[in-house]
Amino acid sequence: MSTVTADAPRTSPTAPPAIRRRRPKGRTSGHVLTVVAWAAGLLFFAPVAWMVLTSFKQESQAASNPPTFFFTPTLEQYASVIGTAGAGSYLLNSVIATACSTLLVLVLAVPAAYAVSIRPVKRTQDFLFFFISTKMLPIVAVIMPIYVIAGQIQLLDNILTLIILYTAMNLPIAVWMMRSFFLEVPGEVLEAASIDGASLLRTMRTVLLPMVAPGVAATALICVIFAWNEFFFALNLTAANAATVPIFLMSTMTSEGLFLARLSAASVLASLPVVLAGWIAQKQLVRGLSMGAVK
Amino acid sequence: MSTATDTPVGRGPDAPRTPSADASRRRAPHDGEYSKAEAWRRRLPLMPAFLFVVICTQIPFLLTIWYSLRSWNLLRPEGEKFVGLRNYLDIFVDSTFRTAALNSILITLGCVLVSLVFGLVLALLLDRKFFGRGFIRTLLITPFLIMPVAGAMLWSISMFNPSYGLVNWLISIVGISPVDWTSQLPMLSIIIALVWQWTPFMMLLLLAGLQSQTGDVLEAASMDGAGPWTTFVYITLPHLRFYLELSVLLGAIYVVNTFDQIYLMTAGGPGTASANLPFYIYQRAFLGFDIGQSSAMGVITVIATIIVAMFALRLIFTSINSKEQS
Repeated sequence: MSTVTADAPRTSPTAPPAIRRRRPKGRTSGHVLTVVAWAAGLLFFAPVAWMVLTSFKQESQAASNPPTFFFTPTLEQYASVIGTAGAGSYLLNSVIATACSTLLVLVLAVPAAYAVSIRPVKRTQDFLFFFISTKMLPIVAVIMPIYVIAGQIQLLDNILTLIILYTAMNLPIAVWMMRSFFLEVPGEVLEAASIDGASLLRTMRTVLLPMVAPGVAATALICVIFAWNEFFFALNLTAANAATVPIFLMSTMTSEGLFLARLSAASVLASLPVVLAGWIAQKQLVRGLSMGAVK
Repeated sequence: MSTATDTPVGRGPDAPRTPSADASRRRAPHDGEYSKAEAWRRRLPLMPAFLFVVICTQIPFLLTIWYSLRSWNLLRPEGEKFVGLRNYLDIFVDSTFRTAALNSILITLGCVLVSLVFGLVLALLLDRKFFGRGFIRTLLITPFLIMPVAGAMLWSISMFNPSYGLVNWLISIVGISPVDWTSQLPMLSIIIALVWQWTPFMMLLLLAGLQSQTGDVLEAASMDGAGPWTTFVYITLPHLRFYLELSVLLGAIYVVNTFDQIYLMTAGGPGTASANLPFYIYQRAFLGFDIGQSSAMGVITVIATIIVAMFALRLIFTSINSKEQS
């Protein structure tokens, strides 16, 4: 499915498998490149490692100069974050907004992707262009009317507003991604189903959806990442009732002065779901990020 | 005209084609092949998604245009009135708007180009077998997965803090005196944090591109006596062109909208030194309550984005089509 597989065979199907793509050109240069790759990987990860390390410190150790590298780890900060009054409601709002918007995206995007890939008519490409063009629309250009409308229909500080907006934000990408997965379904399979007299819905349920399930999962993953991490709409359209985890994280910093270790623990907890999901599904992530255009 | 519809985007000449994959390429019918009713029946599954996106994006944008023609400040008691293009004229003499526009360009260009170069180098490093490759790739993609709010605070506090930040401690080892990063070098600080976040994205796309290269082409190049550098410049880079363009386009779409890092790291400051357009418009709208002004700025931002995006999209779809036809 994905091209970024650790051990994907690099030779083309026609070439004999014994011919490797790159013959080792001297062991030393290979070792140097390996060391450089490790150094780069560790360097990019270092800020994250530092954040995790800081989250296990006491506050006095967290804000010390020179930095503290050796200390007795404590779970105090995590306990304090989890014990914060209202922390659960931020989490619940994030889970509801992310889960509902992702489901809604899938419900709307699967038929749309079906239409533009399996049964295209002329001008369906125009619809595809329309979808991608909305991603070019800067969010700030629509925030004022959304704020005013939401205020007039009593939907400010309501989780429903975030669900609707996150759906609109992710839907264009989802249609593009799923289109590319649907295009991979062999036409004969669908013809066979229709010859057998299967109805459209039955074909979709029993033939098509099982085949595109990995693509649907990749699409869902991308929607989850963007919805979980979204900050701008949450900042401007929510207050006490519908605020999400990014808002909680920000309030950890601003409301009580700077508690670096506690902030780090909150950051780790807030990022953890998406980081774990991304680590587990990194192969799907590549296709998802490129909207399926890269295979 | 129908070339881009009937071929899957990105199914390049180098993708292995099985007979079933070829059979799955669907032909877009020409005009008149279907009756109007049948065409609409086929388009029907598109409509819910289409209407949803229209209602959530196009209607608010039309309202933004309407607001931009009115003088409407929630702090002023006289209410709102139609002022024509006055808001737009005011923007042209607003030097902060120019600063913010320039900063938007600098941040987007700087972040996208530097991330692209870093991403390319990392992708090349990862495009070979070595001990711990999967582990290193996992470490490298993590900055992209970290919640941007958490990433912004991590950089502004743990990394760039003038008294106990890790960066100042590191540069003090080599004898450089401490720097108050976010107030002395706000733009650089923001670009560093953004590059850190977006390099993994570029790396993943370009790695996918590198791994779609077939072995026999490189084998042939090496048989012909091409060195690694010649192979890279004449074979790998042209192959990567499509992936490079896609990375730039997608990266730019997201980076131009950067808000989290600016809001949390510098708050656009000192003064307005590091405000970009999204942040400045936000300030005018939600702190200045100037709906008319901020709407006009939003409209100008959209027009500018559309102009840039049109060029970028044309470039990239020419590239997709040429890739499919070759």
